[in-house]
Amino acid sequence: MLRKFFFTVFVVLLSLFTAVTVVYAQQSNPVFPTDDDVNAIAKKLYCPVCPNTPLDVCETQACKDWRAQIKDQLTSGWNEQQILDYFVTQYGEKVLAEPQRSGFTSLVWMLPVIVLIIGLGFVSLLLKSWRNRRNHQVSDAPPIPSITPDVLAKLEKELQEID
Amino acid sequence: MEEATVNVDSQEHPEEASIEKHSTMWKTSGRIVTYFLLFALLGLLAWGLAKVQRGQVHSGEAPNFTLKDFNGNALTLSDLRGQVIIINFWASWCPPCREEAAYLEQTWEKYKDRGVVFIGVDYVDTEKEALAYINEFKVTYFNGPDIGTRISQAYNIQGVPETFYVAKNGQLRGVKVGPLQSPELDLKIEELLAETYP
Repeated sequence: MLRKFFFTVFVVLLSLFTAVTVVYAQQSNPVFPTDDDVNAIAKKLYCPVCPNTPLDVCETQACKDWRAQIKDQLTSGWNEQQILDYFVTQYGEKVLAEPQRSGFTSLVWMLPVIVLIIGLGFVSLLLKSWRNRRNHQVSDAPPIPSITPDVLAKLEKELQEID
Repeated sequence: MEEATVNVDSQEHPEEASIEKHSTMWKTSGRIVTYFLLFALLGLLAWGLAKVQRGQVHSGEAPNFTLKDFNGNALTLSDLRGQVIIINFWASWCPPCREEAAYLEQTWEKYKDRGVVFIGVDYVDTEKEALAYINEFKVTYFNGPDIGTRISQAYNIQGVPETFYVAKNGQLRGVKVGPLQSPELDLKIEELLAETYP
């Protein structure tokens, strides 16, 4: 009777141990994101409600919900790019702190470069045109009379006499 | 004026005139490009400002959209022609939305069999909190997230809550900014239901 009781207890304990092991095995690599992990992504997003406020420092309820969502996604094993892509799909590109480098928003990155190139080109052309004009004016100046060897010899002779 | 100078000079000093002409040409092109860029930038700025200042769309044909609810069922505004439509923009994080939630649901229950459709558009919200809000206020009318904020951009909403009234012919009949208070929605719906068209 006692043996039967111990056998039953053993079987129950073994079943519990197996169940716990299986559950633990299913969560073999659990992710526990910290607030820093969440904020590292949140700072790349902007609050949807208050203008020009990064998500990581915003204290509105909407931002708290968004940060909680980021935490859930990190816990589920999402990487940073997947989370950012999700937010863009869900809420539009305007939530990104840094505009995307593709599509229409790439203009934000390209425009200053284009303006700089055009500006540099314009300045270089202007400088070139000024230089051409100055060279031309210099070449138009009355020619300096050339000194013939006779005159040079005469000058040297006079200088020697002075000395 | 500059062109004339070049012509006069060209007769006396052809080389100088050529350089002058070349230089003038570059200067003119430079000016054109500079002005073009300047006007393009100013235009872009003006467009952005005008868009912000435009305010909500409150007249004309209601911008069409397709909204999917949280279960993936879709609803297209243009398919609802012939019915009075109430489009309510809301969010779970918005306290004034909570003030009107119960009243909206009550009004929906009152008019749902009289050719009135309510559509809830959930603005920049998280699904978990949105569903909790819907459960909390026992909202039964069609509700879905505004994916990519396309609908709120089309209606140019300035915040939440905002409620747009659409007549049976698909024309917008105004917008309520802020929480609805009884009996204003009832009155508006009665007014829209009473509209007849030739």
